[in-house]
Amino acid sequence: MGRSGKTMNINTPSALCIEQLSYAYSGKKALDQVSFTIQPGECTLLLGPNGAGKSTLFSLITRLYDSRDGQISLCGYDIKRQTCLALAKLGVVFQQSTLDMDLTVMQNLLYHTALHGIARKVALPRIQQELERLNMFERRFEKIRQLNGGHRRRVEIARALLHKPALLLLDEPTVGLDVPSRLAIVDYVHQLAVEENLAVLWASHLIDEIFPDDHLVVLHKGCVKAKGTVTEVLAASDCTSIKEAFYSLTQGEAS
Amino acid sequence: MNWLHYWRAMSGIIGRELWRFITQRERFISALVRPLIWLFVFAAGFRAALGLAITPPYETYILYEVYITPGLIGMIQLFNGMQSSLSMVYDREMGSMRILMVCPLPRWFLLLSKLLAGTFVSILQVYVFLGIAWFYDIHAPWQGYLWVMPTLMLSGLMLGALGLLLSSFIKQLENFAGVMNFVIFPMFFMSTALYPLWKMKESSALLAKLAEYNPFSQVVELIRFALYGQFNQQAFFYTLGAFIVFMAAAIVGYNPSKGMMSKKGGG
Repeated sequence: MGRSGKTMNINTPSALCIEQLSYAYSGKKALDQVSFTIQPGECTLLLGPNGAGKSTLFSLITRLYDSRDGQISLCGYDIKRQTCLALAKLGVVFQQSTLDMDLTVMQNLLYHTALHGIARKVALPRIQQELERLNMFERRFEKIRQLNGGHRRRVEIARALLHKPALLLLDEPTVGLDVPSRLAIVDYVHQLAVEENLAVLWASHLIDEIFPDDHLVVLHKGCVKAKGTVTEVLAASDCTSIKEAFYSLTQGEAS
Repeated sequence: MNWLHYWRAMSGIIGRELWRFITQRERFISALVRPLIWLFVFAAGFRAALGLAITPPYETYILYEVYITPGLIGMIQLFNGMQSSLSMVYDREMGSMRILMVCPLPRWFLLLSKLLAGTFVSILQVYVFLGIAWFYDIHAPWQGYLWVMPTLMLSGLMLGALGLLLSSFIKQLENFAGVMNFVIFPMFFMSTALYPLWKMKESSALLAKLAEYNPFSQVVELIRFALYGQFNQQAFFYTLGAFIVFMAAAIVGYNPSKGMMSKKGGG
């Protein structure tokens, strides 16, 4: 398993543990024997060209699909048998916006806290805290429709953190954003991993979103081609840059 | 589990749906215009063509407009049930549905809350419709307006569950027309909403049989009797049974390991 870098307590379960996970759509293999783990405080980038199986993997972790082969557990809870306990530990930012356009920022966030059973008096200060960190608090009464793409993403990230998850999943969250918005989000999420000891799984096909301390999982045609820290992946693939490594691992199909 | 969590989640889902409905004025108006056109135009024109005998729950001769009102209430709920459930298919890649599905509560509960939310919206529509109909001289006894409330809960849930079941099977919905042609129209016209069963028997025994077993007919009769303060036992159990069957099938449909979700595919 690709656990390296940080020392960790044996008793604390991994934030995310995927073992021998396979999945097929009507005979066509989308994921093949995928295994990796993420520890608290680790930011793991899931790299892969389009169609590598990233979205399928996310659908399995969020239990939109179910797989008969392999196992997924969040903080030690099996996603199949202890679904609710596992999902309580999970914060998700989906690729497509899942905000309600005609509701305000505040209404969207309160809806989310209600779904997670958080009392209003607990929810309100948390919402304020998360929005303030992203400089969005003064815009809380605006409708989502009035916000630009970058701001909508920020609201979604704030929302994913309201129930204090242990694992944050982000499915290509910077697609379609301009460079400053992208950088802001990349920085912010990396900072969260360090400050909040949050485990992050970030699906991307953009190499410049990788920080030197990050862990990588390179997925190609449903198989894990490489995993480990940036240095380990570089060493294993005998390359000097991530771009080069990514290119050679995915056989020239990088996008 | 924590009951407070269930309660908060359910009121959150219902509150959101009601708020959305009230703020979307076009949706509110269009939901009302449809039954009102049937009432003001179709019923007025059709009145002369159809003679109605005195049948329970009516105790006197009634105008066709009075006969058709429960059917139109059913229609409001039928459209609403289909629309609110199928809007889940509309939500591209199940956008808001995905947020609902990753929250840490059992799926059956989330689906039921979603159904209840849609049902409350339809009840709101029905009462506004009944209010307008009242000014058009369609009066029911005042107890009827109370009795119809629990009835509308059950019928709304049943029709919503049917929509939910359909939405779990439909991979992609280009428009509403398919469901309209294959579900809404047959259900509506093959029922007692527009004409009584005995009248239908005169022209086609087969059609009358089909209408009798159509769950939508039972919904309409349940509402019709409730509006006059009466309880139609057969219609009640039929509607309840249909709700349980549709709901169970929809839950299976939305179960990731057993249902259609696994066959839908995706990126």
